[in-house]
Amino acid sequence: MSNKNFELLGRERLQEVAKKALGFSTADQTEVSIGIGQSSLTRFAGSIIHQNVAERNASIAVRAIIGKKIGYATGNSITDDAVRETVERAVIFAKNQHDNPDFKSLHGPKPIPQAPQTFFDSTVEFSPEDRAAAVQKIVDVASKVNAEASGSFSMGYGEHAIASSLGVNAYNAGTDSHLSMVVTADTGFGYSNKQNRDVMKINVEEAANEAARTADKSRNPVSIEPGEYDVVLTPYCVADIMSFLSWLGFSALAVQEGRSFMAGKLGEKVCGENITIWDDGFDPRGNISSFDGEGLPKQKVDLIVNGVANAVVYDSYTAGKEGKESTGHSIGGTGTHGPYASNMFLAPGDKTIEEMIASTERGIFVTRFNYTNVVHPLLVIFTGMTRDGTFLIENGKITKPVKNLRFTENILKVLSNVEMIGKDLSLQGRATVPAIKAKNFRFTGITEF
Amino acid sequence: MKEFTEKVLQKAKDLGASYADVRIVRTKNEAVNVKNGKVDALVGSDDYGFGVRVIVDGAWGFSSSFVVSPEEGEHVAAEAVRIARASARVKKSDVKLAPVEAAEGKFKSDWKIDPFEVPLEDKINLLLEADKIVREQPEVKISEGSMDFYRIDSTFASTEGSYIEQTKIESGAGITATAIEAGEMQRRSYPGSFGGDYASQGYEFAEGWDLVAHAEETAKSAADLLKAPQCPSDRRDLILEGSMLALQVHESCGHPIELDRVFGTEASFAGTSFLTPEKLNNFRYGSDEVNIVADATAPGGLGTFAYDDEGVPAQCVDIVKEGIFSGYLSSRETAAQMGWDASGGAMRADGWSRIPIIRMTNINLKPGDWTLDEIIKDTKKGIYAEMVQSWSIDDKRLNFQFGTEVAYEIIDGSLGRMLKNPTYTGITYEFWGSCDAVAGKDEWHLWGVPNCGKGEPGQTAHVGHGVAPSRFKNVRIGVMESPSGGSEGEDNE
Repeated sequence: MSNKNFELLGRERLQEVAKKALGFSTADQTEVSIGIGQSSLTRFAGSIIHQNVAERNASIAVRAIIGKKIGYATGNSITDDAVRETVERAVIFAKNQHDNPDFKSLHGPKPIPQAPQTFFDSTVEFSPEDRAAAVQKIVDVASKVNAEASGSFSMGYGEHAIASSLGVNAYNAGTDSHLSMVVTADTGFGYSNKQNRDVMKINVEEAANEAARTADKSRNPVSIEPGEYDVVLTPYCVADIMSFLSWLGFSALAVQEGRSFMAGKLGEKVCGENITIWDDGFDPRGNISSFDGEGLPKQKVDLIVNGVANAVVYDSYTAGKEGKESTGHSIGGTGTHGPYASNMFLAPGDKTIEEMIASTERGIFVTRFNYTNVVHPLLVIFTGMTRDGTFLIENGKITKPVKNLRFTENILKVLSNVEMIGKDLSLQGRATVPAIKAKNFRFTGITEF
Repeated sequence: MKEFTEKVLQKAKDLGASYADVRIVRTKNEAVNVKNGKVDALVGSDDYGFGVRVIVDGAWGFSSSFVVSPEEGEHVAAEAVRIARASARVKKSDVKLAPVEAAEGKFKSDWKIDPFEVPLEDKINLLLEADKIVREQPEVKISEGSMDFYRIDSTFASTEGSYIEQTKIESGAGITATAIEAGEMQRRSYPGSFGGDYASQGYEFAEGWDLVAHAEETAKSAADLLKAPQCPSDRRDLILEGSMLALQVHESCGHPIELDRVFGTEASFAGTSFLTPEKLNNFRYGSDEVNIVADATAPGGLGTFAYDDEGVPAQCVDIVKEGIFSGYLSSRETAAQMGWDASGGAMRADGWSRIPIIRMTNINLKPGDWTLDEIIKDTKKGIYAEMVQSWSIDDKRLNFQFGTEVAYEIIDGSLGRMLKNPTYTGITYEFWGSCDAVAGKDEWHLWGVPNCGKGEPGQTAHVGHGVAPSRFKNVRIGVMESPSGGSEGEDNE
């Protein structure tokens, strides 16, 4: 039995709704963003399915501009009446606004290059019964090491159109799937996290084995003293670090406001020469997206090149302030939060994780970070805990599991201390990253498990 | 609407559901944000739909849709049943629910001025006036102000005969000044950080904080912080101001008492809890001064309601009594798992498209009998720390580390110099065990936290925390600063 019980409208009909919305507007300029889709998620814990949900939803967001006044309204119904009401609400808000002297104009259309495939029927067809079968497979793998599994298996399909009174007319349909789990073996924990637009490319058994292996190995952890250690960080940890860099530093708005570590540093060395970071929405190894929240094509932006701060990402508002072109990194909406690099890559190296461990005299292997947060945004200091498999490395070998540690560390210092970079890239959330080995990582506390 | 809910519930029953409920929810939001003299965002949003939750073959299923029509209602009910049958393929035992009496009625939260009736111009002008004063401080490079209003109308109906309609209005407001100079950046907020303060009240609440009157001191404090010395790395007595203590309660008490976490159903995402069931009524969570309740009946709280999203009436539940851990936040299912005869009523969903999960109500630290002034006078060597800057805690809620916007040194009972980048860290039960003074009723305030994240797919809950300034003895502070000449390895928790 298929999961497809909700039909998308398709390019023509969705763009027709967007066109209708523009027709309802009495503003000088109008932009409308419309989405529709279905998502489902099966959650399991203690080796049973305990939550199992589905949602079909729509979204409409309207930006209405009168002179230099901008109003914004959203809704989740796309009937004619509801679309008209949302547009009218945006116009009323614009009328009540004050001028924004920095606002120039909405932008005109730009050609959007053909992106790699984002829509896979296999994901649409994957049913609740298929998800239950996958969960059963995971439970079976965990039980082989006398462990229990918990996690979620989610998928969704949808389509999105952005149109404006200046001629923008972007459309995309896409699918997504995501499998994440923690395996618990008494006092041991293990983790795995896989995502792909094509659910058939997620190897459920391999994911379960990865988490179960780590859980089995991490039973009965011992306490070690906090302090500075060399660390081997999996792509799970590296992706976490990248999301903080993006949020704190890679946005033109953060630079313009002086709150980014990139502000005043463009052209200067900010981390190790072996670090190169870029954003590319078209690279099939990453989280493909061809246009941004304003319907502009995503451009490749080299953010850090060989350790030197090179560039940041722009939306049309921040670009307009500097007389530049947008790089296609608007997150849509009011623009309050500025542009965002959400298709990041950290350049891979030539090492395996095994080689990183073998080269470490005394260090810590970290599977995953937990609850990381920024202590000082401008100094890029963050704190967090390790979780789901932390190990001591001695004389080139993992010797014992250790209880979780708290770190309080400067991200740019970590990226200045990278000694080895993994050769394999893994897509984790919004970043595609390798594992790294860094020296002198500062652990500042310990917990009881 | 009753016709719609009856049709949906009947369809679920016809298809084999032993239990079903349906919730129809409309959420309206209005947000005004100003930044550096401009109205940065003026947003009105409207979200409407329904969700159906069923038990079939002893397992849960849920489906939801944005199209509220009889045909879609039946379709969604059928999908929920199908999903439940899939869940039943991977189960160990049948879901059991603690009983609840069927309830009917209409309930409304209290408000004096409906914020959606107040002209936008009034809100904009108030925020721009505060913003203008903040920007008069030359070191302030980013000035922000916001107001946020919600109206949530929900209808709950179940196959056990409940039909409950609730309307809630929520309001929030705050300002922030960020000073930047010579590689240093410092932020001050009022009345609290990250959007100020929130309550289940009307526009009178947003207006009542008088943002304009507090703009100048907020801006000056941010500028002063740029030149303040770094908070030292040391062990000292720590006095926490209300909004910071509210988050401390949230992270180190509110989350670990959620019974779903305790039973492991959040294990892969938010984590589990150190407060395992064998600790109930015998574990020393804090000192004798520490008395905490989960009170869904507290007037004006963000976590206040008449009935939760399983139709269970709002209650005030003891969580910590004179330091002893004595209660949980629970649902009908987890109450049955504990062998209790009723749920504590803490199930809430983020809108129509999410299933209810266990959420904090108002987790309140009961007032003590000190005043803040008396606590400071009684402190020999300490710091007084104000407002949230950063937060992090491990996945069993034991090791935490928080940063505050500012701290003031206390020496021999007097408040002294300002300190920048304060941080403090500890282990939850040791920290609460070191609490030796809690201020009284006059300084007690019910803070609103509008951004509590939990669950997959993600849900955001609006919750409350009533607290008064309190003191904790011999706490490790200044983790950010690496002491010269060595690591901090000696001084771990």
